[in-house]
Amino acid sequence: MKKLIAWFDERIPMTKTWNIHLAQYPAPKNFNFWYLFGVLAMLVLVNQILTGIWLTMNYVPSADGAFASVEYIMRDIDYGWLLRYMHSTGASAFFVVVYLHMFRGMMYGSYQKPRELLWVFGMLIFLVLMAEAFMGYLLPWGQMSYWGAQVIISLFGAIPIIGDDLTLWIRGDYVISGATLNRFFALHVIALPLVLVILVFLHIIALHEVGSNNPEGINIKKPKGSVPEEEKPKFKFHERFTNKYDIVDAFPFFPYYVVKDLVGIGIFLFLFCYVIFFAPAMGGLFLEPPNFEPANPLKTPEHIAPVWYFTPFYAILRAVPDKLLGVILMFGAIVALFLLPWIDRGKVRSIRYRCGFHKVNLTLFVISFIALGYLGLKPATEVYTFFARVFTFLYFAFFVFLFFYSKNENTKPVPERITK
Amino acid sequence: MSNAPVDKGRRRFLTVATSVVGAAGAVGVAVPFIASWNPSAKAKNAGAPVEVNIGKAEPGQMIRVEWRGQPVWVVRRTPEMLNSLEGLADQLRDPNSEEPQQPEYAANLYRSRKEEYFVAVGICTHLGCSPQYLEDSFGEQVEGISAGFFCPCHGSKFDIAGRVFSGVPAPYNLVVPPHYYIDDNTILVGEDGEQA
Repeated sequence: MKKLIAWFDERIPMTKTWNIHLAQYPAPKNFNFWYLFGVLAMLVLVNQILTGIWLTMNYVPSADGAFASVEYIMRDIDYGWLLRYMHSTGASAFFVVVYLHMFRGMMYGSYQKPRELLWVFGMLIFLVLMAEAFMGYLLPWGQMSYWGAQVIISLFGAIPIIGDDLTLWIRGDYVISGATLNRFFALHVIALPLVLVILVFLHIIALHEVGSNNPEGINIKKPKGSVPEEEKPKFKFHERFTNKYDIVDAFPFFPYYVVKDLVGIGIFLFLFCYVIFFAPAMGGLFLEPPNFEPANPLKTPEHIAPVWYFTPFYAILRAVPDKLLGVILMFGAIVALFLLPWIDRGKVRSIRYRCGFHKVNLTLFVISFIALGYLGLKPATEVYTFFARVFTFLYFAFFVFLFFYSKNENTKPVPERITK
Repeated sequence: MSNAPVDKGRRRFLTVATSVVGAAGAVGVAVPFIASWNPSAKAKNAGAPVEVNIGKAEPGQMIRVEWRGQPVWVVRRTPEMLNSLEGLADQLRDPNSEEPQQPEYAANLYRSRKEEYFVAVGICTHLGCSPQYLEDSFGEQVEGISAGFFCPCHGSKFDIAGRVFSGVPAPYNLVVPPHYYIDDNTILVGEDGEQA
């Protein structure tokens, strides 16, 4: 065995990679519950790829065959229903864990210097994930698939001058048709997953270059030689980390955090399976009722709402009475998140040591996001539209306020070390 | 191998020339990939004109047909509906049909060739949903007007000539497709005809 490993190590950096990224990778010792969601997102990604490949084996990507083939998978293929529900529940679970993962980053300032690029890669993953989910939702070719896609593609029509030609080009037809379905299928099963996997790789490489943040927002890399020998952790970290810095208050990722993550994965799988087996449609949130009807280009469903994970942005779109401005604000809501590392000019990372106003601001942001998500599911009545406008304002106010108060923020003193 | 000194100017020229040719090649290769997303010849052919028989339409009735895969409405309007069109101007975004949402012959108060029949593409100009035809319950949306079109997606409202109300997300009036009357009972949707 040792000989075999040596044979490989002479030809490919196998043991070295294992050590740098797992067995001798220093992870801060105070990770809490919030640090599970990155691992969970990877788990869901694997689930999506695996079940997706299997669904492709029986799915027919054509306007005539798509809806029937999904029913065929559900009824006639052994365990086809399970594979499909794992995939559809996985899509929602992906967004649950990614939203929580992003919130973690916002809470503990994980986007701040030097982790700006890490955050940007994460946001790109989020963007590709949204495109992936949107295109995947067209594939069952149900009423909501069809009309949801119609609405989203028309967003591009709001762009002045080239808008109409652009939507025609995206659809490949004068309306959503088989041509649209087939190209979305191609993008959904190969192009975007490929991009997604590459981005996840870059996200992790960037993370391991700068090192993990932690709930205290304290740097665990200290200047070389500044830490007395007895205060250093009794673990071996790879020299890549230790030859420039003294590492304190850390564990190797493997086995310590792997074991901890396994517990989180176990709990997650309990919840995930509960939804798959007992509430795969989640009361119309994960699979919407009109989607059990085949797409009909001549009849719009009574009430069109995107799947829950898009509704916060959709509510922003609807809150604005002007088409172009609505589209700009909706994309602006995502752009603002991209720019977070530069909007936040603070030096203190963790919410634990930031000013009271920041806590209020972030809380209001979370409330606005959830409220917008709720409003996006509801029909556009006057009262709902009014509230959507209020929460849209609060959503953007978060970034504006943050930009100003973070410059000269009244923060609490940050400890030198993570408490023992 | 000669030991001649490096000619930097020549090296730079070759680098730039190679890059430019390479970039031009990349643009050329991108063409088929991008152009293949355009509507195919088959999709374009499916845009042929459609005949609509209006001989049996009752007053107030809407006939739906499919043209270029889009729903096209033909509404036989009642005199009350036509009366409701006047005096709305201050509630509308484009009461005089100034935006090019209709052929010239429909740029009038009724937005149609014949007052009685309204022909329109049944797709909301906001984000492409198909609005509902509210024959007598439109009053719930706009007080005092009994008939109109209401888009359930984002609450856009249109009067019975497809003119958009202000204060809703839709920016333009509904599109009136090219059409003409072959005879009194038949409309051809998709062509302007010689009368145009």
